[in-house]
Amino acid sequence: MTILGQLALWLALLIGAWGTFVGFYGGLKRRPELVASARRSTYALCGVLIVASAGLLVALLNHDFNVSYVASYTSRNLPTVYILSAFYGGQAGSLLFWAVVLSIFGALAQLLSSRKYDHLLPYVAGVTSAVTLFFVVVTLFSANPFARLPFTPADGNGLNPQLQNPGMVIHPPLLYLGYISITIPFAFAMAALISKRLDVGWLHAIRKWTIVSWLFLSIGITLGMWWAYVELGWGGYWAWDPVENASFLPWLTMTAFLHSVMIQEKRGMLKKWNMILISLSFFLSIFGTFITRSGIISSVHSFTQSSIGTYFLAFLIFLIVIVGGLILVRLPTLESESHLESMVSREASFLFNNLLLVGIAFSVFWGTMFPMISELVRGTQVTVGPPFFNQVNIPIGLGLLALTGIGPLIAWRKASIVNLRRQFAVPVTAALITAILLVALGVGHFYATLTVALAAFVTATVLQEFWRGVGARHRLHGEGYVHAFARLVGRNRRRYGGYIVHMAIVTYFVAFAGSAFRADLEASMKPGDTVQLASPWGYTYSFTHIGVSQYDELNRLVSAASVEVARDGERVGIMKSEKRQHFTCEQPISPCPRALRRPSFEPSTEAGIRSDLREDIYIVYAGSVEGTEEAVYKFTLNPMVWWLWFGGFVLVVGGVVTLWPGTVVRATRQADTQGGYAAQLVEADHA
Amino acid sequence: MRRREALKRVAVLPLLPLVLPLPQEVEAQEGQAQPSAPNLYDPSRVGRARPRVTDYENDPFIIDVEGRIRCTCGCNLDVYTCRTTDFTCGVSPEMHRQVVQLVEQGRTADEILEAFVAEHGEAVLMAPPKEGFNLAAYFVPSIAIGAVGLWLLWALGRRRVRVELAGAPEGPESSGLADEDREKLEAELQDLEL
Repeated sequence: MTILGQLALWLALLIGAWGTFVGFYGGLKRRPELVASARRSTYALCGVLIVASAGLLVALLNHDFNVSYVASYTSRNLPTVYILSAFYGGQAGSLLFWAVVLSIFGALAQLLSSRKYDHLLPYVAGVTSAVTLFFVVVTLFSANPFARLPFTPADGNGLNPQLQNPGMVIHPPLLYLGYISITIPFAFAMAALISKRLDVGWLHAIRKWTIVSWLFLSIGITLGMWWAYVELGWGGYWAWDPVENASFLPWLTMTAFLHSVMIQEKRGMLKKWNMILISLSFFLSIFGTFITRSGIISSVHSFTQSSIGTYFLAFLIFLIVIVGGLILVRLPTLESESHLESMVSREASFLFNNLLLVGIAFSVFWGTMFPMISELVRGTQVTVGPPFFNQVNIPIGLGLLALTGIGPLIAWRKASIVNLRRQFAVPVTAALITAILLVALGVGHFYATLTVALAAFVTATVLQEFWRGVGARHRLHGEGYVHAFARLVGRNRRRYGGYIVHMAIVTYFVAFAGSAFRADLEASMKPGDTVQLASPWGYTYSFTHIGVSQYDELNRLVSAASVEVARDGERVGIMKSEKRQHFTCEQPISPCPRALRRPSFEPSTEAGIRSDLREDIYIVYAGSVEGTEEAVYKFTLNPMVWWLWFGGFVLVVGGVVTLWPGTVVRATRQADTQGGYAAQLVEADHA
Repeated sequence: MRRREALKRVAVLPLLPLVLPLPQEVEAQEGQAQPSAPNLYDPSRVGRARPRVTDYENDPFIIDVEGRIRCTCGCNLDVYTCRTTDFTCGVSPEMHRQVVQLVEQGRTADEILEAFVAEHGEAVLMAPPKEGFNLAAYFVPSIAIGAVGLWLLWALGRRRVRVELAGAPEGPESSGLADEDREKLEAELQDLEL
């Protein structure tokens, strides 16, 4: 199968090159046979890359340790689910994964796009084929997953224990799906530029793709935080690591695009800006891959350093030059159709929302790259870690949170004083009451207080929007409130799905604010010893060390330290944190006899976590004193973490609502909804 | 039944020393201090032996200082996070000991940080010191955002004036509606943007 896989990769190289050529040439020359060939090429490219992927999967599942990639990332005793995740767990496999997923997306874009975008599709095929071709080239010439060893080891190295976690099974592919699917909106944008068809058609064509991409990125990032939290053992979920930043950058620009695109759709404004934003998002997805894989910036998440950084850098520069040139050439056709009428309008608030989103993206980029810049300018290395990012980004982030609430409250075109008063009264009151309550309760942390007050403001805006919408439907149509709510959301899924996503973002912010009150305690404890830790909620937790038990599991030797936990004297339960020593077998025997076990990695740590709505109890067994059951623990009380994962769930719900396929609203039914004061005015006018 | 089970267990107890290893005796023969906690079956499974925790490990001042010093093992973490997370790292415990020594000598936080910078260079700090070229790290993003924001305000304001001077149709006023009606209409439309 690996030979077939290798052959399929070479075929992909040829088909990708052909698809790229006929896509652009056929589109420019308007030759239907070449255009059809470009479309078929995307399907063929998808087919051969699926075969190549199947080749690698078979090699992984068959423990073909003669294949270097299989020997490097798997072992005989690795559970099947992690053997499958090893497909994208290493450098070469992840590149193949990227190529195959992109080819699937490319084929789907051809297959699912309405025929009314036929004038764009040849160029879309050209772009997706070209980007897939790049990944195939890198896979073939720099990181080939089918490369063979001169010998066949009895067992492989196994997968890094930190990657043997359910979070790592789903987090990377979802993040990749986010990164990769940005290519489709980018391809449509390029198609619009090349074909000079710069009306809103291309925006309609990519609407769902953009949301899908943003959703995958969001879920991927959230799952990454979850994985870091449960697996890395430091009790946090975001460390401003360069690789984390790399995933955050395209998310920020895509979020900006999702907002600014509405202004172009409604008012024909910001055409240049939207073109720049979608291109920037695509560049940043490639940039993220570049810094993850090039080794230019040190990160705990990086793949092994290799020459592929050069490929990515060259590709990135090529893209920036070509796309920048294309946008410059088309500038005259990207003029706005209308202008901003008031600085107090939804358009203006979206503009400032864009400014802050791109501002945060810039500051994250700047901070991530500053060590390199400093070395280039001064010849001195510096570290830019969490203290810097928090200091610079928290104020901007809070400004953004405020705009999340302000934007939907202001009318399109121009808001009147009455409009502002009517819209802002309740949310501002909610924010003020929350702030006063928090201060009265003794919450002294400025940023946390401000965050929660702003969260109350945004929540009130969203609830107010839902309340008024439901109320209007109830009054106009006599619908029950539940029915009115369902109809309200159903009739404008994009708007109300967006509000649900806003609530998810609010939930994230509240969870972030909770991290300001984290409490930690280190202790070495003999069995029976008890320590206490005060919670920010006013509870006192008692932790009693029970003992350490050691036992064997499939591919690891486990040492589990148990702690009995009580809150204010009431028993909470027994929590367990583990040390795991993974091993591989010197001979292909299963189960592996003790004498043949070979430790494959340093012992890893599994945190014990117990969550509730208020806080997480997070216990880490750091090790033992002098080989005894006297355990060294780190106890952490992490307020509000549960809300982060709940926010992720709400975000998915909002995204699904936004994406849910709708029926076409007939004009007559649309007319039915026009009533109330507007209808009365029209009727009065006619009378 | 329960009673019988309990009696069986009690009967087996005297046999336990015959089947279990006698770590305390072995320790005593080797002339070492007797640990009061039972020995682990296989200590190698839990990684490097850990020292007992002292008050220094939980000292907020030390934790704060260590949060500002980068562990030099290449993990990208600060010393506090590294020593309480990456238990395979031998560097962060050593740096922690250094911090404790400096604290015992009565050094202030700034003096401790200076001592580490003198030994390891500026890169040992988790955030660049706010001086010289490093100021660019802190202020370029906010200056850029502020400048673009001001430019936006200026450019949009200018364009709006130009549109008004050119006699572009004024939406609300040209509708022939009274102010009150227009505001009610706006509010209603806001509700009905379904």
